[in-house]
Parts: sequence; structure tokens; C-alpha cells
Amino acid sequence: MSRRQIIVIAVVLLAACALPFVVSNYRTFQFTLALVYAIALLGLNMLTGYNGQISLGHGAFYAIGAYTTAILMDQYGVPYWATIPVAAAVCLVAGFLFGLPALRLEGLYLALATFALAVSLPALLKYHHLEHWTGGVQGIVILKPDPPFDLPINADQWLYFFTLAVTLLMFVLAWNILRGRMGRAMVAIRDQHVAAEAMGVHTAMVKSMTFGVSAMYTGVAGALGAIAIQFVAPDSFNIFVSIVFLVGIVIGGIASISGAIYGALFIQFVPNIADAISKAAPWAIFGIFLLGFVYLSPMGVAGAVRMAVVRLTRKAQNQAAKP
Amino acid sequence: MKLKYASIAALLAAALASPTALAQKTIKIGNINPYSGPASAYGSIGKSISAYWKMVNDQGGVNGRKVELISYDDGYSPPKTVEMARRLVEQDQVLLVFQSLGTPPNSAIHKYMNAKKVPQLFVATGATKWNDPKHFPWTMGWQPNYQTEGRIYAEHILKNNPKAKIGILYQNDDYGKDYLKGFRDGLGAKASSMIVKEVSYEVTDPTVDSQMVQLQASGADTFFNITTPKFAAQAIRKAYDSGWKPTHYLNNVSVSIASVLKPAGLEKSIGLISTAYLKDPNDPQWKNDPAVKEWQAFVDKYLPGANLPPAFTSYGMAVSQTLHQVLKQCGNDLSRANVMKQAANLKNFRPELLLPGIRINTSGGDFAPIESEQLARFDGEKWERFGPIIGK
Amino acid sequence: MDEFLRQVLAGLATGGIYASLALALVMIYQATHLVNFAQGELAMFATYFAWSLIDAGVPYWPAFLLTVAFAFVLGVLIERVIIRPVENAPVLAVVVVFIALLVILNSVAGWIYSYTIKTFPSPFPEEPIFGKYITSHEGGAIGVTMVVLLLLYLFFRFTPLGLAMRAAAQNPDSARLVGIRVGWMLALGWGLAAAVGGVAGMMVAPIVFLDPNMMGGVLLYAFAAALVGGIDNPAGAVFGGFLVGVLENLLGAFVIGNELKLAVALVLIIGVLVVKPSGFFGKVLVTRV
Repeated sequence: MSRRQIIVIAVVLLAACALPFVVSNYRTFQFTLALVYAIALLGLNMLTGYNGQISLGHGAFYAIGAYTTAILMDQYGVPYWATIPVAAAVCLVAGFLFGLPALRLEGLYLALATFALAVSLPALLKYHHLEHWTGGVQGIVILKPDPPFDLPINADQWLYFFTLAVTLLMFVLAWNILRGRMGRAMVAIRDQHVAAEAMGVHTAMVKSMTFGVSAMYTGVAGALGAIAIQFVAPDSFNIFVSIVFLVGIVIGGIASISGAIYGALFIQFVPNIADAISKAAPWAIFGIFLLGFVYLSPMGVAGAVRMAVVRLTRKAQNQAAKP
Repeated sequence: MKLKYASIAALLAAALASPTALAQKTIKIGNINPYSGPASAYGSIGKSISAYWKMVNDQGGVNGRKVELISYDDGYSPPKTVEMARRLVEQDQVLLVFQSLGTPPNSAIHKYMNAKKVPQLFVATGATKWNDPKHFPWTMGWQPNYQTEGRIYAEHILKNNPKAKIGILYQNDDYGKDYLKGFRDGLGAKASSMIVKEVSYEVTDPTVDSQMVQLQASGADTFFNITTPKFAAQAIRKAYDSGWKPTHYLNNVSVSIASVLKPAGLEKSIGLISTAYLKDPNDPQWKNDPAVKEWQAFVDKYLPGANLPPAFTSYGMAVSQTLHQVLKQCGNDLSRANVMKQAANLKNFRPELLLPGIRINTSGGDFAPIESEQLARFDGEKWERFGPIIGK
Repeated sequence: MDEFLRQVLAGLATGGIYASLALALVMIYQATHLVNFAQGELAMFATYFAWSLIDAGVPYWPAFLLTVAFAFVLGVLIERVIIRPVENAPVLAVVVVFIALLVILNSVAGWIYSYTIKTFPSPFPEEPIFGKYITSHEGGAIGVTMVVLLLLYLFFRFTPLGLAMRAAAQNPDSARLVGIRVGWMLALGWGLAAAVGGVAGMMVAPIVFLDPNMMGGVLLYAFAAALVGGIDNPAGAVFGGFLVGVLENLLGAFVIGNELKLAVALVLIIGVLVVKPSGFFGKVLVTRV
């Protein structure tokens, strides 16, 4: 990583840490949700952006993570921080198990399979034989965690820092994975499936593992989201969640880690802006925003940022090279 | 220079000196409604309420104060409802949240509103849990709750047709299940023997034809129809077209002539039994009723050309009139505690769109404003009420 | 036995709905190799246009034809104005454009026409011809879908324009070399698909009532139907639609109950796709390395 990149990351981190003390509790809550979406989008991006497996169903893993946390906290009294690794493990396995039979499906067919998963999950959550665990249509209410060790901050701020810490951990982990052998294998499979196989990449294993890891990320996001909202219900996790995630990674930037952050900010804040512009047809405004972003930068915000940086550096180099 | 500073200082002093006076010039009310998403049909209620408070302001406000209604869209998604509630309470600093819609959305903010001690008044759902002043002293419902209505139908069946074979169609969510519970509770021990078929549907299903076929095939001669308007119309029409003529009980949610019975076919709706607590503005028996005329004038002036369902605009008007009464009773003490106190202090109040004989009563232990309804039968033209007013 | 037959017939009726939208999806796919998620909303929007005409007093069949024309023009316009700018963008970006189109159409329809359900007239007689189990309209709608299917088949197989469109979709570069205006072929494909969608909407609305969310639930079924029948085969799509309709009804009534019937139906369909990846009637694609 270049020195400039390290400086940028340090500045962003510093700003992120200062945020809860500068803005209201409500805004801190919104940014906590944005961080949650960033983790979810990073997961989806790993699968769809880096590995080329399209998923219209990541809302399902988000729901599984959320319900894992809710059930553990509500029925078994597990402390909130302990539910996160459990949610991660459950979704890792679930994603892997889904990825295995999905190996035979490509493109549209995989899209349908994931679509089916997302549509079926709320039905499963409402299923009356499982009501005892899932709370059925009424959902489950959970309590907001208090700051530990009597720290002089309030619950919202504590939750923000907790989420921020998890986000950092997940991002560093992702950066490592994508930089290493696994990451190169993922991209190779995306770009030249047959050639990758011919070169000795164990495509079946890599693809299934990617599914698992991607699901794990989204599951962790779901768990954190459940803790922030303090409520889970089957109708919170409809197909629209999956579609919004897909929109998020495209707007943020496919195959880009920073894209997850841009995308998360977009899906958290732009609907509110659209709502403010028009009460009558808010989603029409949102759709227009989508079109605008895609037209201006088909490679997403991350792509636009990258191009801007390149152009600026080139200008600086040209200036320096002038006699 | 000095004059400029002096004048600024004077203005600041004036502003700071009377914070209460300035702050209480406008009453801020919050509202959360699904203007988008699967329940966007109910956005009409939000629009009706906004129009009503505009009318109130045009007529001078409440006790001389203007009312500002801030309404946000939550798309019927509980996480969004939480966000909007926090925005209303923490950022917009509203006095109360009024008519937030839907059981999951309201469940999501239930604890928060009570922890923050902000009134969650007259929520737009018939779930039973909003009447719990002991544990949730800041939350209050408004319409007759679903379980009570289900019980009314059950009791009617037990009285008039104790050997009935009952088939039930219900929407697979909190609203449908709440009705189902009340109905089953009303049948008591005979529930399992009398109910021969119980089928559900999802809001995303295109039609309920398959479910209707299942019900007809079960041999049921009595049908409890727990559906929202679109599916109610489908079910009524399908039953008629298939030649199935059960004793047909329709839930109050789909009782509107304009939105349900007309699309289904008025002749196909003859014999339907439901309950009512509001006057249906399209019902010819209320053609010359002063309350309905007032409603028509309100719609003509403040919602021109909007073509909103009359069921929603009349509901919106009646519930807003109730809040209007609460605010009037508050007088000059516009604290949240007093709002709640006055909401729990409605005595025999009647928004005139309520059916004759039904009145609103609340107290410290009774957070259910409307608890009575009346059975009615559709005769092809209007809902003919029969029997006594059931409930308090 | 009686209920079984009735469920099958009801399944064929709803299957007809899925089939008609699946046909539009396949049309778009054949022309552009993309699945248009906004197809349902386009159909709904066209149906509202028809409703406005009929509400203003235009008789049914003229309104029908005008709507088909309107839908065609709308489809062409959308391709030229909205899809053309992202022609060379990554596939996912195009998918997001479709999603944007979906929410815009849905939101605008709700704004203009409100969310109350509206009745839509049927050109078929009121009295059931096929007995009490299936209304004349449902039977008629299936008939219309078959006629549209036949017309499309004839168009693509036996007309020069149809041939040009197929060429443009399969191999745009070679098509350009022989002088085919590929851009306009794409636009034409969109127009045709939108027109087929409009017909679908007008057939569906009398059954389910017209409201902005009318096609929302149908889209998933149509998508599954199109894939299981073979995404590049219009007849397969229609077959798929009927299959999905009947399967879902039978599962719901006799096997798993209504709560999980959709999930199980989808699992079965995906099972079929795992075994036969091109669907029942699709062409097996062999990639040369």
C-alpha cells in the first residue's frame, strides 16, 4: 500500500472515531446502520464483484444472521457480542451449503436460485411449525446493549464504536483474502473460468468457499443490524433487501473494497433524500438517482474516484515534467 | 457597527427570553406511513391526515396555535420505522407521534417510544397489544381491535348456526393471525371441531383462487374472510363465480363499498356480513348525513382530484378529529405528559363519522378508544346494520 | 378427485398469467440477451394506459390496439433513451438500470392512479363457457397467449425482419457486417416485448384487479417459468408458465400447505435446472475454449 493510501485511511478512521461526538445520537444511529450495510455489501461484492457469481438473494443471509442474534439473545440470554461469531459461523456454513449445489448454475440460473432463496426465507420464518423459535409474524424484540465498564458514552455511541471495530476487522480480513491466493483464484474464475480450471485452480472449492465467506460477511452485518434496530420480523427481510444490496455494490463500485463504503452511504442516505424531495413518488426519485449514478459512472463511485485520482496524478506528473 | 451588534443582541435576547412562547406557537406532530413498498395503498391515510391538519390551520389552528404535521415514509419496513421515529423524536423534536401504521412497524418502535416517554398515539393498527397502559403507558390504539371483531363473528355463528362447518382464508401476517386468534378464542372449545379448513395467502400472491378452491372443496358452509381489499374482492367474486354460497363473514378492513364490493360486483356481495364502526361515505343511507356532507366538503377542498379511497379519507378524518379533541383538551399545557393524560381522558367523545351509538371513552386503565361495533349485512346497495351495538 | 381437477384448472388459469409475462421476458432475452426485471411494471403501466382510454369512453378493442401501439412505442423509447447509454457498461450496471426503471414505473403509476384497485373489463363473455371451474376470461386469456405465441413464432421464423432481429441478438458484429442496423433491431426487440407485455397485462388485470403492484408477485413466477422452459424458447416459456401455475396449486393444496408452496415450487424448479441446465426446451450451449 502506498503512503498516500495509508494517510487517506488514517484520516478517514480518525473522522469516523470523532463522528459520534460531533453529531446527534440520531445521526450516529444512521451511521451505525451505514457501517452495517458496508459489511453486507463487502460480502456481496466478494461473491459477485470479485468472483462473478451473481446473487439476488443476499438478503436471506442478512436475515439468518439477524435471527441468529435475536434468538440467541432473546431465548438463551447470550450477550450481544457473543452472538456475532455464532452468526458468522452459521452463515458461513449456510452459504457454503448453498454454494455447493449452486456450482452447476451460472448467470441467470444462479440469479433465479438466489432469488428463490430470498423469497423463500420470510415464508420459512413465518412457518407456524417454526414459530416457537422465530416468533412468527410478530417478530422478536431485543434489548439495546449498554456500554461496558461504565464508559462515559451513551448506548448509541457505544454501539457505533462496536460496529466500527467489527467493520474494521472484517475489512482488513477481506483485504487480506482478496490480496492473496484465494483472491487471485476468485478473480481468475470470474474472468476465465475454463482457463483457471486448466491452470489448476480448484474452481469448485473456491466458488463454494467464496459463497460461504460472502454469506458470513452478510450474516455478521445482519447480526449487527438486528442489535442496532432491536427488532426482527419476517417482513423486514423481503426480496427488496437483496435488490437494494445489489444496487449498493453497483453504485459503490463492483470489485472494490472502498466501493462497499460508498454503496452503503448511498443506500442508507439517498432514500431519505428522495423522500424529502417528493412525498408523492419517493421511489421514482430514487430510481432517477440510480440512473444518474449509473450513467455518470458505470464503474460506480469507486471507479469514478479511481479515475479522478489517476487524472490528478497525471496532471501533477505532467506539471512536474514540464521544463 | 455598534448599532448592528446591539440590534443582533436585542433580537437574540428577545428570542431567548420567550423560548416557551416561541416554541409553543406551533404544535409539531410526527407521523410515519408507508408511502412506498408493499403497503403503499395505506399511504392514502397519511395524505388524508396531512390534508386534515391543513384544514385545521386554515380554520385558525388549535387554541390559536398552528399544527405542523411531519410525515415520513417507512415503506412498511420496521428498520426504517425505527429510523424515522428517532428522526421525529430526536431531530424534529415532535410533541407526539400520531397514527403510525402497521403492527410490525409499531412493534419495532414500541419500546423506544415508551423509553423516551413520547406519546405513540392512535396507532393505525387493530392489534390488541396497544391497550396495555400498565407496561406501555405512552402507547394507545384507536380502532376496535381485530381480536374483538373475530370474537363477535364467532359468537354470532355459535348463536345462529352452532353446527356450522367453517372455512377461513387469512393473510399470513400479524393482522391475519390476530383476527384468527380472536375468532378461535370466540369459538372456544368448539374451534377445532367447527373449523374444517384454514388456508393462508401471502401479500405477494397474484390471486387467491387456489385457496378458494381448497375452501370450497372442504365442504365448509360458513366462510370467514380475513383479507385486505384486493384479495377480498377476488375472494368474493371467486366464491360467487364458483357457485359456492357460504354464510360469508368479511373482516372490517375490507368493508368499503367503493374499494372492495364494487370491484367484486355488488350483486356478488349480497349477504356479506361484517362489522362497522364508521359510516361508509358511499353508503346511500348516509347521503344526507351532516357528518358525511362535512367529509365530502373536506375532500373536495383539501384533496381535490386525489381520488383517494373514501374508506381511508373518512378514517383519517375521524382519527384526526380525535387527536384534535385531545389537543383542545390540553389547553395551554402542551407537555407530552399532559397530552397522554388528556388522551386517557376522553369521555363520550364522538367524531360524527362514527356510527350512531358508538362513542370514544378512555381512562387510566382503558387505552382502547373505540371498543364497540355493530354487525351489518350487505343487501346489494348498502350495509344494513342489525342487532345491538356490541362492546362498551 | 374433483378438487384435484379444479386445482389443475385453477393452476392453468394462473399459469396463463405467468406464461404471458414469461413470453415477454423471453422476447426481451432473445433480442438483447438480458432479462428485463422491469418487464412486469412496463406491462402494468401499459394496462393503466388502456384503463385511462376505456375510462374516457373508448370501446375495448380500439383501446386494446392503441395500448399495444403505445406499449411498442414506449419500449422503443426506453431502449433508445435509457438503455442505449449503458450499452457497453458491465452487465450488473444494466441490471441496476432495469431496477431503476422498475421503481420509477411503479412509483409513477401509484402517483398518477393511486393504489386503489380498479376493475378492468374483459372482452370475453361474462357467463362461464367451460363450466364453473374456469371463467370464460381465464380460458380466453390462455387462448390469447397462444395466439400471440403463434404470431411471434411466425414472425421470427418466416419474416426477413424477424431473421434480422435474431441475427442482431446472436451475433451483433457479423450482423452489422451484412448491413443490419443492430441498434434499431434492439429497439424493435424492446418494442415487441413491451407490446407482448401490454397484452399480458390486459389479460391479467381482469383476473387480479388492476393496481400498481399487480405484476410484482408475478415477475418471480414468470422468471422461473421462462428459465424452466428454456430462456431462449418462447413456447418453452409458455409451457413453463402453465407448469409453474399447476405445480404451485397442487403443492399448496395437497402437499405442503400454502405457507411454503412457493418455496417448494422454486426448489423443485431449481432442481430441474441443476439436472437440465438449459431448461426443458432450451438449446444446450456449448462453449468452445
